Amino acid sequence: MAVTALVGAAGAASMFELLQLSPPGWGANLLRGLWNSILIACGAFGLGIGIGTLGAFGKLYGGPVLRDLLAVYTTVVRAVPELVLILILYYAVTDAVNQTLLAFGYDRIQISGLAAGIAVLGVVQGAYATEVLRGAIQAVPAGQIEAARAMGMPPGLLARRVTLPLMLSNALPGLANLWLVATKDTALLAVVGFGELTQETRQAAGATKAYFTFFMAAGVLYLILSIGSGWLFARLERRARRGQPELHG
Amino acid sequence: MRAFWKPHRIVMALIALVIVVWSVLNLRWDWVPNYLGLAAQGIWRTIWLLAASIVLGMALAIPLGLAQAVGPRILAWPARTFCTVIRGTPLLLQLWLLYYGLGSLFPTIPWIRQSEFWPILRQAWPYGLLALTLSFAGYEGEVMRGAFKGVPKGQLEAARAMGMPRLTILRRIWLPQALHRALPTLGGETVLQLKATPLVATITVVDIYAVASRVRQDTFITYEPLLLLAVVYMAITGIIVLGFRWFEGRIPSRVA
Repeated sequence: MAVTALVGAAGAASMFELLQLSPPGWGANLLRGLWNSILIACGAFGLGIGIGTLGAFGKLYGGPVLRDLLAVYTTVVRAVPELVLILILYYAVTDAVNQTLLAFGYDRIQISGLAAGIAVLGVVQGAYATEVLRGAIQAVPAGQIEAARAMGMPPGLLARRVTLPLMLSNALPGLANLWLVATKDTALLAVVGFGELTQETRQAAGATKAYFTFFMAAGVLYLILSIGSGWLFARLERRARRGQPELHG
Repeated sequence: MRAFWKPHRIVMALIALVIVVWSVLNLRWDWVPNYLGLAAQGIWRTIWLLAASIVLGMALAIPLGLAQAVGPRILAWPARTFCTVIRGTPLLLQLWLLYYGLGSLFPTIPWIRQSEFWPILRQAWPYGLLALTLSFAGYEGEVMRGAFKGVPKGQLEAARAMGMPRLTILRRIWLPQALHRALPTLGGETVLQLKATPLVATITVVDIYAVASRVRQDTFITYEPLLLLAVVYMAITGIIVLGFRWFEGRIPSRVA
């Protein structure tokens, strides 16, 4: 008994040593990875909402060609694994930027993993956001939009003052889901070698052979992130729904 | 059919055709014959992993959903925790935790090394299958919770009034109606699961994604294998979507 207790205590001590912030421990690396993950997730989510808003308006009010092109975009992105898209877009984006730079007589540049990650995940998020926002806009009562048109509101003002605020409460649950997908999809960038949380964790675990300690610690960090943001989105939704009658399921 | 082929769509289809013909003629495809056998094996392994993880995952998801929907707190709480943890962490992390963690733990335990399962546990695919199964169970447990709760109370009360035993109610009334409600969601989740399978390539399972990566490493051709890979995944997605549509069409839809 005493021996197992001793071994257990030694194990716990070494575990905390490994997770310490200062150099013998790897805590600082994990936190830096978490920060990178959050940065990419925020950037990709923002870019995705931008693309999604344009895409949703295009799908609802655009011409037939634009609508079909957007349908191809959302279908293809949602049918191909993110991992494959990340590789294709990563190479294609890097290549395209360098070709353009060369054509204008500049030197080729090394695109930072952060920018490439945000761009790639943003394009993926954009496809899902298009569908979420399109559904939310369609759920806005038609009378509201017609009333605004009848008052002579130009389309831009109508979108800003009527459609977008009204659809926000419908869109928030879907967007919250998308944000969670964005935080988890950042892990895929580990495969192209970008130093976000999962990649840093694997390096720490590989160097110390303490696989369980580090993967569990990273899991806890991801869980805190997703539970925390879930709570935040619930509050946001309550705020966006203020004044609306409560739904009883 | 006439409604689909409007003039602008004919033009777009022609442009798409030109792009396809151009890429067939101008990109490098000479490596394809050398890798056909490997690719077939990879596709087979992808589909096999997908099917096995969905069947096993659903078998876990049904009790998970039941426990969360109507179970006593002692069952509901662990089920909810499991679903939250699985849904709150990336699959890649779960996969690496199982593969590197368990994979480094098992060799240190003598009776596992001496057991008959050791030759299987030394390979990578059991860990991939386990991670995919647990992940599917976590997501579907949540879906099934909603589906079980959505079945109208009157159906269950009628069954109980007829004196049906509880297991028969579950088998004949509750589960079929819950599955029927969940079917459209399950179709989408199956596609998501397909898109999760290439992650197993990171733990050395040779699925179709791993084959494409190998072509890239062997021949230094970047785009062509990836494009073909995307086409393969789109084809499998199409088959899944059509299959579910066919299946939904076969079920009489007025339940509630």
